[in-house]
Amino acid sequence: MNRFAYTRAGSVAEAVQALAGDPAARIIAGGTNLVDLMKYNVERPDRLIDITRLPLAAIEEHEGGLRIGALVPNSTVAYDARVTARYPLLASAILAGASPQLRNAASTGGNLLQRTRCYYFYDEGTPCNKRVPGSGCPAIAGVNRIHAILGTSDHCIATHPSDMCVALAALDATVRVEGPNGPRAIPFAEFHRLPGDEPQRDTTLAHGEIVLSVDLPDRDFSRHYTYLKLRDRLSYAFALVSVAAALEMDGETIRTARLALGGVAHKPWRNAQAERSLEGRTAGPETFRAAADLILAEAKPYAHNGFKIELARRAIVRGLAQAAAGTPQSQTDKRIR
Amino acid sequence: MATTNLHVGTAQSRLDGPAKVTGTAKYAAEFKAADLAYGVVVSSAITRGRISAIDAAAALAVPGVIQVFTHENRPRTAWLDYNYRDQVAPPGSPFRALHGPEISFGGQPVALVVAESFDLARHGASLIRVTYEEEVPNTDLAKNREAAYVPPKKRSGIKPPPDPRGDAEGALAAAPITLRHEYKQAVEHHNPMEPHATTVVWEGEGKLTIHDKIQGVNNTQGYVCSVFNLKPDDVRVISPYVGGAFGSGLRPQYQLFLAVSAALDLKRSVRVVLSRDQMFTLGYRPETIQTVALGADEDGRLQALLHEAVAGTSTFEDYQESVVNWSGLLYHCPNVTLGYKLAKLDTYTPADMRAPGAVTGVFALEVAMDELACATGIDPLELRLRNYAERDEGENKDFTSKALRACYAEGAARFGWARRTAEPRSMREGRELIGWGMATGVWEAFMMKSSARARLSIDGSLEVACSTADLGTGTYTILAQIGADALGVPIGRVRTQLGDTALPEAPLAGGSWTAASSGAAVELACRAVSEQLLAFARRIDESPLANADLAHVTFVDGEIRLASDPSVRVAVADAMHAGGVETVEATETAKPSLLTSLRYAAYTHSAVFAEVRIDEELGVVRVTRVVSAVAAGKILNLKTARSQILGGVVMGIGAALEEESMLDHNVGRFMNHNFGEYHVPVNADIHDIEVIFVDEHDDKVSPIGVKGLGEIGIVGTAAAIANAVHHATGKRIREIPITLDKIIA
Repeated sequence: MNRFAYTRAGSVAEAVQALAGDPAARIIAGGTNLVDLMKYNVERPDRLIDITRLPLAAIEEHEGGLRIGALVPNSTVAYDARVTARYPLLASAILAGASPQLRNAASTGGNLLQRTRCYYFYDEGTPCNKRVPGSGCPAIAGVNRIHAILGTSDHCIATHPSDMCVALAALDATVRVEGPNGPRAIPFAEFHRLPGDEPQRDTTLAHGEIVLSVDLPDRDFSRHYTYLKLRDRLSYAFALVSVAAALEMDGETIRTARLALGGVAHKPWRNAQAERSLEGRTAGPETFRAAADLILAEAKPYAHNGFKIELARRAIVRGLAQAAAGTPQSQTDKRIR
Repeated sequence: MATTNLHVGTAQSRLDGPAKVTGTAKYAAEFKAADLAYGVVVSSAITRGRISAIDAAAALAVPGVIQVFTHENRPRTAWLDYNYRDQVAPPGSPFRALHGPEISFGGQPVALVVAESFDLARHGASLIRVTYEEEVPNTDLAKNREAAYVPPKKRSGIKPPPDPRGDAEGALAAAPITLRHEYKQAVEHHNPMEPHATTVVWEGEGKLTIHDKIQGVNNTQGYVCSVFNLKPDDVRVISPYVGGAFGSGLRPQYQLFLAVSAALDLKRSVRVVLSRDQMFTLGYRPETIQTVALGADEDGRLQALLHEAVAGTSTFEDYQESVVNWSGLLYHCPNVTLGYKLAKLDTYTPADMRAPGAVTGVFALEVAMDELACATGIDPLELRLRNYAERDEGENKDFTSKALRACYAEGAARFGWARRTAEPRSMREGRELIGWGMATGVWEAFMMKSSARARLSIDGSLEVACSTADLGTGTYTILAQIGADALGVPIGRVRTQLGDTALPEAPLAGGSWTAASSGAAVELACRAVSEQLLAFARRIDESPLANADLAHVTFVDGEIRLASDPSVRVAVADAMHAGGVETVEATETAKPSLLTSLRYAAYTHSAVFAEVRIDEELGVVRVTRVVSAVAAGKILNLKTARSQILGGVVMGIGAALEEESMLDHNVGRFMNHNFGEYHVPVNADIHDIEVIFVDEHDDKVSPIGVKGLGEIGIVGTAAAIANAVHHATGKRIREIPITLDKIIA
């Protein structure tokens, strides 16, 4: 960890100005990821801009949906009565992640901006294109059991670690940000990016922009949803594969389908073609498998993560079955439903 | 002397519990010192090669950074390898931090940055620039199997495999039922909660007080005196609490060397604490590839057993553990061949990790036995009973005691084993396949030489003391229980002192030997105190005990009473008055009986039964029930004993399903070096665990009939779970950990 200066922002404008004026400055809120990264010398900010006093900690009604302020703790979101009633998929995904202590500290905006858990990214004794652009990606020929199978590049095969973001992707949330050029709204699918040849960039945020809120649209999928997470132990582990499924049903027929995968790509993974293939079809294993096949057709295995393709296929089928039946995965009962 | 059993054998809460939960128990990194400097270690980015340059200028330019120690400016220390060998060092050249530019394992310490604060030291460490001449690392055990060798020098205290008996290959060829398979154990790191840390307090004039994370302060003292050419009188080591160790704290680690080096050079107090990722640069349970071949008749009676293991070690030391020996003693078999080889890898030296060797070897043997049960159609428990060893056929000795049959019977009854249907995949509930598996566990019942002191005061308080460590095992409590009963003192008036070189010397806390060894020493010391007290009591004018000898009295409630007539008594305080003393103190040494160890084999045993529930499609395994039935001689404290077994079982669940340090052979580094990615069981992974202690009377194993419990809980647990996985799914997985990908494969 290096020495750094500390600024407490008094307003959003102040935070934006301080951040935009200093390429080596970083925003700190909950710090649950940034502080770790600093301890590992992965992040070496020369200034931390503390935004925890900004008025961004409310959950409000907004255009028929909810606006979740960037500073609302993950646990507050997960237990908010409006969220659990209307967006139980989001609550479930949050509770599938981390630990109560971390969820209490972690903020909504920070969850969006958390960085990959790729071993190499955290180990300054190894090269990593995401940490040091151009230095190489040892994960491609190394220990890559936890790495991506979709949307990878020759420069990076890291995954995005968030559970919450997988649900937000399925819910078609919008990220509202403010930067030196004013505010803008980013559709969730466009917020995170694939690694391509710039794996150091996790998101489409420009330096100087900060997240103000995550806005949930009015379609809430509160009857037919699930967040199914598969991992190496029954709690407190990142997803090997996770599935956020949200359906609207007409009897046995799927009217609307949203499906996002976690643990498989550099961003929560959605496939519009697969979702359309479900719509108008009768819910059932064959329909689900066909959608899974569409999603995984382009999957690319590496030496240790080939199992994720079959696991994702099965998880998609099970997740869609749970959602269609209205029997979502419980995040307290560790038995898979 | 007849002792009461008011405390020994009962359930007593930890005496050190309140100090631990209130934070007053001090660990190595928590001791204060005036003018303390803080050291942060810089770890090598390469695994094999040489340092070509270290640029410390930027770090040294930071105000508050005191010094940067590297191989170029390190203080002089002893020259010979011999001086660096600690009490449990395996054969070879012990690692010396900052000795030279050569790098021989990933994360090797290359610099120590010492500063006025921890933050400054860490900042300084982030500014050190090291350039290397890198060589291709060699860390893949599978690729080094052909070059494996029988270790030329044996490690002290570790028995090499016994000579073959009979003709195993011949009997295997002739046996009607045979199997031969390969089994693998992944690298595991101990990962105790408390990271390794040392605080060296500079007392002036070359005198040091050292607080070190160590499983025995005498090992630290001996190492420091030998390496730095200091006198024992000038080096006191005080480490009363250890935050878990599991074997990682048996040997002095490099943070001790670096902290003492810096303190002696700077002539001030220095603290060095390792980070969690640096904990993965210390010892570990080595990766081991094993082959087990079994030959049996149709009734499942073993005719032939071959067990060979190849384990990784470092390039500089031949770490050895007993992996295959268990296969020579656990079952009756006339033809047995065992082999154990090492392969040199560019890693740090492995280290003893809870039940070293037994976790690995018994996993392979006990899964193979399950495979034999399947091949013969005999119930796994019945198969083990048919092959029950009445003697240690490996060493041709009788057992001091062996209540393993009772473990099988009581464990099976409690588990409900009789309701198991033999066919794999035959039990399910809803989506989940249910599997029931079992295995045998075994560990050596050691006793080591240990001294201890007992001091009884006229106010009725008792202090028992020796230098060993309590790693969270319950040693503080059991020693107090022994003292309380020996001298008739309520346990609330007994104080145990541990972890200080100023106390009578006791062995390292390891190998499950502490209770038997230091417990026996405390009992001897108390007995010596009681002798003195009785002598004083007899001196009293018209003493009612004038003609009593020690065999005929008991010490109860602060009185010395005639066992046959408790109304005949003398108060301990009156005896002390008669003797003109206010305290009576004795230090005694308990030693193992050489004759007993020549004639008898001493082992703890267990039978482990496990239930798993598996969502086969998604690979999710839940261990819903474990019953561990243990035969370990006398149980001193039902509560801490149970906790030892619970902890062992949980760690066994980790070994079975989760724990694996993943080496990238291209860079030679353990990649998942943090608690997020190195998985140990969490609460959600743990369900019902039941512990049974079967009756086992043993008057030979140790003077107090105790065998020890630190390791036995983990041995066999992984095999029971692997066997349960097979019973649930029909899939035989011979590599641990059994992760999700192996289930769905």
